[in-house]
Amino acid sequence: MIRFESATKQYPDGTLAVDALDLVAPSGQITVLVGPSGCGKTTSLRMINRMIDATSGRILLDDQDVASVDPARLRRGIGYVIQHAGLFPHRTIIDNIASVPLMLGRSKKEARAGAMELLERVGLDPRFAQRYPAQLSGGQQQRVGVARALAADPPVMLMDEPFSAVDPVVREQLQDEFLRLQSDLGKTIVFVTHDIDEAIKLGDQVAVLRVGGRLAQMATPAELLSNPVDDFVANFVGRDRGYRALGFESVTALPLESEPTVSLDSSFTAAEKAAVDGWVLVLDGERRPQGWLAVADGPSATGDTISTATLRRGGTVAERDGTYRAVLDAALSSPTGRGVIVGPDGTFAGTINASRVVALIEARAEAPR
Amino acid sequence: MIGQVFSWLTDSAHWTDTPIDTGIATQLLAHIRFSLIAVGIAAAIALPLGLLIGHTRRATFLVAGANALRSLPSVGLLVLLTVLIAPHFYGRTDIGYVIPTEIVLVLLAVPPILSNTYAGVDNVSPAVTDAAKGMGMTERQILFGVELPCSLPLIFSGLRSATLQVIATATIASFVPLGGLGRFIYDGLQQQDYPQMISGGVLVAALAMAADLLLALIQRSVVSRGLSGRFSRAVVVTSTSERTEVEAG
Ligand SMILES: Nc1ncnc2c1ncn2[C@@H]1O[C@H](COP(=O)(O)OP(=O)(O)OP(=O)(O)O)[C@@H](O)[C@H]1O
Ligand SMILES: [Mg+2]
Repeated sequence: MIRFESATKQYPDGTLAVDALDLVAPSGQITVLVGPSGCGKTTSLRMINRMIDATSGRILLDDQDVASVDPARLRRGIGYVIQHAGLFPHRTIIDNIASVPLMLGRSKKEARAGAMELLERVGLDPRFAQRYPAQLSGGQQQRVGVARALAADPPVMLMDEPFSAVDPVVREQLQDEFLRLQSDLGKTIVFVTHDIDEAIKLGDQVAVLRVGGRLAQMATPAELLSNPVDDFVANFVGRDRGYRALGFESVTALPLESEPTVSLDSSFTAAEKAAVDGWVLVLDGERRPQGWLAVADGPSATGDTISTATLRRGGTVAERDGTYRAVLDAALSSPTGRGVIVGPDGTFAGTINASRVVALIEARAEAPR
Repeated sequence: MIGQVFSWLTDSAHWTDTPIDTGIATQLLAHIRFSLIAVGIAAAIALPLGLLIGHTRRATFLVAGANALRSLPSVGLLVLLTVLIAPHFYGRTDIGYVIPTEIVLVLLAVPPILSNTYAGVDNVSPAVTDAAKGMGMTERQILFGVELPCSLPLIFSGLRSATLQVIATATIASFVPLGGLGRFIYDGLQQQDYPQMISGGVLVAALAMAADLLLALIQRSVVSRGLSGRFSRAVVVTSTSERTEVEAG
């Protein structure tokens, strides 16, 4: 657990970057610090591993004041990941990852074996091991940065906008892998970002800071979206927060419609017969939804069979016990207006249309919570 | 003329010492000795200083100050120093001439080594040093484990340009009565023996190139492939790291 007790940082030029911050980052969870540029996120983070020393107040790491620990020793026990990875350009990837274990006196063999394991763990091919950082893409370098921070298996990780220098697609991949990794490792993580979507996606709790390093609100992502404490937080959290908040609530007892379906190898005639309003849902051999077939598109060119080329695959598919947001999105993105719902094993369960989902959302809002 | 220079150089009599004349072999060794001492002393001063200034980012004015030294006229300085120093050492040794010569050469070699070493450390990406510090490296470990190896390409280019300059300028040792390859140039000029004079120049150039080649080979073996860009595997994945090249002055 990391505890800020009215931690304050005033730079020599008088800038009050962090002002009497009180905050607890619980063990085994991801605490995200988010806020506009210059609000003191980086300063707060760097006070934990004493890259910056607080001018007053304390920061406790598992009830020990960090100010009482030798900085180099403190930092060896804390993983640190920064925006531009900061890999050592003169060392191979494997030796970059092994840096901290080697500093801690582990044997070269042991450190390298551990590094190889981590390389795979962060989703990199083992053949990258002998490359140099300049031979890797930005996203790959960032993964190595995460692996390097994890190498000595520190209980605490500090991450300062680790994914913000890569393109949105890669960022999403890195975020997903990061969450998967964290669900295995259960580290105590403090994560800094200026991107509220990232904060909401990754955080177990999110601390919104306002300029001057003051805590505006500390809450779970769902609470933040549904119950921002003031205009600043509300504005910062964004406009479609009502819709995004639906992503944090799971549906229960979804009333599904049954839907006639055909399999991929059925004849077009059978599909035409089964269709409702000119549409029929096509499943594969394991009853997983493949797409909607419009009868108007006709059979495939080769005869009385279903043409996979004309299948409408654009709709999203939601799980039966997924979130309201996923279910609503399935309904809204379906070409037929009938959202495709599957069971946990991915097999087709039924459909639901958007107005039914909205009715459910309204019913849930009315019930006292 | 080229033929005359060639036959002068290939005349074995010119290579060995006689009671009156010192041969090419001896003068070549003398030249190498002057140059090695000068570059060695300059490196011993400029390398640690450059690393320290680059690491602490303090006293950077020293780098600019050293660069100003480059504008001193070598021969003028040599004459001045010789006049000041040589009288204290009259007698059998030529140390009174060696010291002024080495001072001039060292002053010439320090600026490129110092400014390149400083630039090398200064050029290490702040993200890299930040990460190093953040993972618990001590200042010492950062300096010797990260900043020094990352600066090697620039340090070598500084060493190489210093070496070239020293070898070329060490000819002035013969201006005060010392040996070295400059002897052939000055004697050739005086005796209007142009093949000898040009041969002296050719020998200096050849020595400079040989020294540069040697340093290039050492550089190749000590600079990490991650910095020099000579990767063993053919495939280079798109790189986002930017590296700035600073030209040696
Ligand atoms: N070394 C410094 N000296 C003086 N002021 C500083 C220093 N470092 C940061 N500041 C100031 O402190 C405030 C907080 O900076 P900090 O880097 O913590 O912001 P941040 O929230 O991380 O911003 P960003 O999202 O842009 O990274 C800013 O006003 C900044 O200008
Ligand atoms: Mg920042």
